[in-house]
Amino acid sequence: MTLDDMMRRHGSWLSAGLGEGPVISSRIRLARNLEEYSFPGWASEEERCEVWDQASQIFESMDIPFVRLGMGETSDLDKEILFERHLISQELAVKEAGCGVFVSPDECLSVMVNEEDHIRIQSLQPGLNLIAAWNNADQIDDQLEARLTYAFSPKLGYLTSCPSNVGTGMRASVMLHLPGLVIMEEMEPVINGISKIGLAVRGMWGEGTEAAGNMFQISNQITLGRREDEIIAHLDQIVCELIEHENNARLRLMNERAPTVEDHVARAFGILSNARMMTSAEALNLLSTLRLGLDLGMVDQFSQREIDMLFIAIQPAHLQKVQNKDLDPDDRDVVRAEMLRDFMENASSDDDLE
Amino acid sequence: MKCECCHKEEATIHLTQVIDGNVKKLNLCQECAQDSGIDLNSPISITDILLGLGAQSAGVAAAMSEFDLSCSRCQMTRTEFKKGARLGCPECYNAFMGELNALTKAMHHSAQHVGKIPARQGNKARITAQIAALQKDIEVAIAKEQYEVAANLRDKIKALKESAQTSDPGDSNDA
Repeated sequence: MTLDDMMRRHGSWLSAGLGEGPVISSRIRLARNLEEYSFPGWASEEERCEVWDQASQIFESMDIPFVRLGMGETSDLDKEILFERHLISQELAVKEAGCGVFVSPDECLSVMVNEEDHIRIQSLQPGLNLIAAWNNADQIDDQLEARLTYAFSPKLGYLTSCPSNVGTGMRASVMLHLPGLVIMEEMEPVINGISKIGLAVRGMWGEGTEAAGNMFQISNQITLGRREDEIIAHLDQIVCELIEHENNARLRLMNERAPTVEDHVARAFGILSNARMMTSAEALNLLSTLRLGLDLGMVDQFSQREIDMLFIAIQPAHLQKVQNKDLDPDDRDVVRAEMLRDFMENASSDDDLE
Repeated sequence: MKCECCHKEEATIHLTQVIDGNVKKLNLCQECAQDSGIDLNSPISITDILLGLGAQSAGVAAAMSEFDLSCSRCQMTRTEFKKGARLGCPECYNAFMGELNALTKAMHHSAQHVGKIPARQGNKARITAQIAALQKDIEVAIAKEQYEVAANLRDKIKALKESAQTSDPGDSNDA
């Protein structure tokens, strides 16, 4: 299996569960390092290559047929595809020899080697399902630890390159679509409140990214002094509260401004069906409105999953990969608009509008 | 408010720093802030703030480097760690223990791992934890002048240390 095969489908973590409403996906990340090597940012290229070779050997013998992608031999476009699909970070994408990623065929598991830490296990699940994501990450972690000696201290737990990850080395996060709170201008107090209880709010593509399309990632900050199950249970509880807040905001929105919301959704529908050029920022916002319309029962010709897939498919690298050529931003906007028109036309052909 | 550096432009960047309880405020214009190396586009991480990065004056930095600690294994110096906010190797956690203890406590409100323990090294970690607990018990026993109890505890520690050593070769064969 190759990256081209992956392109023909979507990661199965996008097969959203029914009735999830604002929740897109759940993610667990574990940071691990090898005792006998310097951390990747300080290690020599030789050391990094040794770590990469050891990891390659282990993954070859695993039951899951992981796809191996070394950054040294991956094109810039393919790196960007992996980033847009949430399989690697921006930090790994700029690296070269001795750094890379192992991706499971269903894209639910990816293991970055020599990013900030030697090993970064990522486990994704559709909907709110942190426990399943944790179980999968935990299993891969056990399989790796059976053959690698991790840097571990009884006092500080798993030793990581940045002290902010020490302890469990775990970051649990949930991606949420919160247009109700954004429109009702209640997102800022929510973000402030969340950061006071040891959680962080980030944009769709993680650290340092904007919350485009009303997508937010909520994750734990504290990794030391709490067990993995405690961290997960706490995040889970807060996410459930957030979902309730979001649903309340939507209810109030409909009570107070139903015609405005209906107008927005209908306009999004119209623009997505007819525009000839569209930037990714505009597309994300319109898709977000369409997703809200779907949740509120104003449109029903597509599934949540289809819309969530589009959030990734309209990204620059994905468009270029499908077209099989480099496109400048203007060309991309044309191709993006065309793709969205196709989607809208096919979706509405079975069913009459309204 | 005018920029405190060039005294010409309007100050739009307002920095507050607390050193040893003294609050220091600095108001700069965009240009002067950038000139002094303050990157406005990169979000400041908690690590940066806790390590007091960026705002350190040249004099302080020079004074620090004179008795700069370094890691015996990977040679990373304390200044380098503070600059990059990343450690060089697992041994750095011992080398910079002083800084790190304060840092991890401020970040995590805790200094003791309670989560997953790796299966293979786990045995060692569990024994280390047991020994540490017994050593505390010994101190208590000695303070109470219960020397017989202390001797018993000492024997237990000795046995644990031996069992840790005998289980070691098996561990390293797997690696």
